[in-house]
Amino acid sequence: MSNIKEGLRYSESHEWVWVDGKVAVIGVSDFAQAEMGDITYVDLPDEGDSLAAGDDFGALESVKASSELYSPVSGTVVAVNEALADQPEKVNEDPYGSWIIKVEMSDPSELDALLSPQAYAEIAK
Amino acid sequence: MEDVLKKTCLYDAHVALGAKMSPFAGYMMPIQYSGIVEEHNAVRHAAGLFDVSHMGEVFVDGPDAEAFVNHIFTNDVRGMEPGKVLYGMMLYPHGGVVDDLLVYRLFAPDSYLLVVNAANIEKDDEWIRAQAAGYNVRINNASEAWGQLALQGPDSERIVLETLGLKEASALGFYEFVDTEWEGERLILSRTGYTGEDGFELYTSPAATCALWSRLLAAGVLPCGLGCRDTLRFEAGLPLYGDELSEEISPVMAGLSMFCKLDKPEFIGREALVEQKANGTARKLIGLEIHDRAIPRAGYPVLTPEGGEVGVVTTGYHSISLDKSICFALVDSAFAALGTPLCVQVRKHVFPGEVVKKRFYQTNYKK
Repeated sequence: MSNIKEGLRYSESHEWVWVDGKVAVIGVSDFAQAEMGDITYVDLPDEGDSLAAGDDFGALESVKASSELYSPVSGTVVAVNEALADQPEKVNEDPYGSWIIKVEMSDPSELDALLSPQAYAEIAK
Repeated sequence: MEDVLKKTCLYDAHVALGAKMSPFAGYMMPIQYSGIVEEHNAVRHAAGLFDVSHMGEVFVDGPDAEAFVNHIFTNDVRGMEPGKVLYGMMLYPHGGVVDDLLVYRLFAPDSYLLVVNAANIEKDDEWIRAQAAGYNVRINNASEAWGQLALQGPDSERIVLETLGLKEASALGFYEFVDTEWEGERLILSRTGYTGEDGFELYTSPAATCALWSRLLAAGVLPCGLGCRDTLRFEAGLPLYGDELSEEISPVMAGLSMFCKLDKPEFIGREALVEQKANGTARKLIGLEIHDRAIPRAGYPVLTPEGGEVGVVTTGYHSISLDKSICFALVDSAFAALGTPLCVQVRKHVFPGEVVKKRFYQTNYKK
């Protein structure tokens, strides 16, 4: 049974969002990292990139597969967790402590379409 | 899938071990157990055990067996001693590959075992039969009656001696085998493999395959899936049919001419290979290293530094043993020389690199 952290919103493509004012902090769920296996590479976007909700902004790669990352919200990338470039395994070890990007939201109402932890638990299995 | 997936004799054992199962070559096969990296490293540094019962076993015997096998096979079996194994291909007349395979010269007179890829068993069986007109041979596709395990890694010989009690193992050189027994069942013990390490392949009945599997796991050998089988063979520069060899990719294009004996008087595809060797081929298979951790995967475009597309990746990984991002790629022959700068496009980014030797990893075979 994967760990689903309270206090976060989730996308159906297994990203989590922690809301800090106008900024959405985005990572991937424990379920997603477990499904991927050993993550060997995180393909990151650039600061300043603008994203629409549902856009792919990068990818996680394991030995065998790559898995695209999708932004749950629209806005501008204001920070990128460059530490993951050198330590991609942090996503496996601490998926909720390993944020990937921070997005300044252009339409915070998009958060309403995301899943609660309880609703996400239904698909993360 | 329209067809029902087949299961090897060890299917239940894989499920019980918690393996990630996935369709491969018509079989439901284990991709990984504890993890591809751990399994890969076990084979490089200790030993690992693979269920490869999906592989095909086709027996050829009869008075014309030597001439017939030599007719359909690129390597030269003339005068081959019993107990020896050769790698090579079966070709179409135009030089494309029907399959790559191992040929075992069995101890019975005029008798050979052809070990073929699982995905090609039916195609190969039909192909072999279609070439046999005029040859006095019997062809027996016995794939369903044989299981196969691969025990690979530097500890393999010790394990075969201590855990299985097969003393014959010590005397075997690379690409040699014995036809023996284990607990009353016929066992072909072969010093071969697909990992770049020393090791053995064990062919026996499905029941004995399960017994061997249990015995070896009980002795602490790590079960390994097809995931690391691919990373291991790739690092060792070994081709996979369908990726690096195919109806369109000849052994000359793939750099495997050393397994095609053009000095043989004849074999199917020989003229095409002679022509390819003389005139060159439009494309060649290369090794390519990119200077980034990004992973060049099959199907990604290969570009010149100026941005022109000159090829495609066939297999690629961030190498576990070498900690480099490397791939095989099929490229225009003008760009195939060692050291040629080439790039791979990975999603939206283009990463520079250069042509390197295809044998990325220094293999450790028994001398």
